[in-house]
Amino acid sequence: MPKGTRCALLLASIPFVALVFLLPFVNRIEPIILGLPFLLFWIVTWVFLTPFLLLIAYRLEKKFNPPEDEE
Amino acid sequence: MNPALIIIFAFVVFASAIGILAGSRVKMNLEMWTVGGRRFGLLVMWVLMAGEIYTTFTFLGASGWAYSKGAPTFYILIYGALAYTVSFFLLPLIWRLGKKHGLHTQPDYFIHRYDSRLLGVFVALIGVAFIIPYLQLQLTGLGLIVHEASNRTIRPDAAMVVAFFLTCAFVYTSGIRGTAWVAALKNVMMLLTVVIVGFGVPYRYFGGIGPMFSALVQKYPRHVLFPGATTTMDSPWLMSTLLLTAAGFYMWPHAFASAFAAKSAETIKRNAVIMPLFQLPILLVFVVGFTALLVIPGLPSGDLSFLALVNQTYPSWFMGFVGAAGAVTAMVPASVLVLFASTLLAKNVYRTGFAPDASEEQVVKLSRFLVFVISVLALAFAIYFPNALVNLLLIGYDGVTQFFPGVVLGLFWKKTNAAAVCSGLVVGITLVAVLVIGGHDPLWGMNAGFIALAANFAVTLLVSLISTKVSAGKL
Repeated sequence: MPKGTRCALLLASIPFVALVFLLPFVNRIEPIILGLPFLLFWIVTWVFLTPFLLLIAYRLEKKFNPPEDEE
Repeated sequence: MNPALIIIFAFVVFASAIGILAGSRVKMNLEMWTVGGRRFGLLVMWVLMAGEIYTTFTFLGASGWAYSKGAPTFYILIYGALAYTVSFFLLPLIWRLGKKHGLHTQPDYFIHRYDSRLLGVFVALIGVAFIIPYLQLQLTGLGLIVHEASNRTIRPDAAMVVAFFLTCAFVYTSGIRGTAWVAALKNVMMLLTVVIVGFGVPYRYFGGIGPMFSALVQKYPRHVLFPGATTTMDSPWLMSTLLLTAAGFYMWPHAFASAFAAKSAETIKRNAVIMPLFQLPILLVFVVGFTALLVIPGLPSGDLSFLALVNQTYPSWFMGFVGAAGAVTAMVPASVLVLFASTLLAKNVYRTGFAPDASEEQVVKLSRFLVFVISVLALAFAIYFPNALVNLLLIGYDGVTQFFPGVVLGLFWKKTNAAAVCSGLVVGITLVAVLVIGGHDPLWGMNAGFIALAANFAVTLLVSLISTKVSAGKL
């Protein structure tokens, strides 16, 4: 597997850890942050961060993977 | 005549006119009708995909679940972000195959990868079987929204008939281009509505979103935690549902095929990067549902909470705008559902199964005719067998997700073969049907569709391994 793809997969696994597997541990009301109960705040934060993680993944793939022929 | 009625009618007609115009100057062949000539850039791809996924379910289902169930509704905010993350890796590969071999539909992929026409027909029939309830959901949602927004002066079935005649018209003339153009209008209307109402109602009744949540936590503390007001939707349900829906998102035949419309694999990748941002407005939809719970508790159905609260808070003309946004929001996904249901039947059932010599022109002609047949069928279902909104979607989701092993293993594992995929599909879909219809969903605390998906994966892997051994033994 090319290095870029490996890095991208690693980055892409972060939202899955945060938004699936850690959910039972953040199922709480306190502390309330920015007016949101903690569970909802956690979810909104990670949904917001996901595109930035994917952007880094995209850049790394471009940097490390050999360019492919297209069109 | 109330102003809401005029506003709804004007917008719906305007949207359809845009859709018809979209295809008026293009020579329509199969490639143009189904995948827009594979020319869509980043902006159009975004408009199209956001158009397909922000459905009436977003409007009514997400706020309705916030109202009646509480925290389990949060999965709707999460699963899109996960699905786009999956699509970042999956869709560019599928797009490349599509470009190289001229694929237009999801069954085309199965036929190409597994070299089996029988599997193609089978996959196409399953796809259509799950599209029709999803289409019906859009119809029912549309009828409900227009009925409420017009202050109950328009009957739901009348609204459905008119809107779907217009939708058929622009699908017939413009294919996927029509959907993309109407989606541009729809996204603006939908976002405006969600932002105005989502910030507006908590401010009006509580002075802001924060104070609204304080009131919610005080009065309904269980509503902001799993399992909410339910007893069955706890963490295992949530996690299994998220994994299921993240895998199933692009397994919907129309979503899968939309990827082919992009002009390059690069476009698809960049689209996957930006899409999760457009999940965030769903938070505002939850806010509306929660505010409704505090302000107008005891509604007979949570699905009505969004509209009931708007009705109570805003003047009639704004209600008309919301109704129009809701109607157009139903028409966009409906158009692409009808488009691909008819293409699947014409290209992958009729041509692949019965008439391999049929020309492309004949396939397009038949597809266009089937647009009307399928719409009438869905209308009949919507009017005579209405059902609760979210459950319907979940059954469809469980079903189409069963394509996932065949798609993914096919991309990454050479040994996967048609017999294995077919057996996996049969096992997965049978399990879904037995569990969901038999009332065993959730099972062992988990989403039944997820259990079916696991069984499907296991069977596909096992049969692939055994059948490779058998054929290797023959050599």
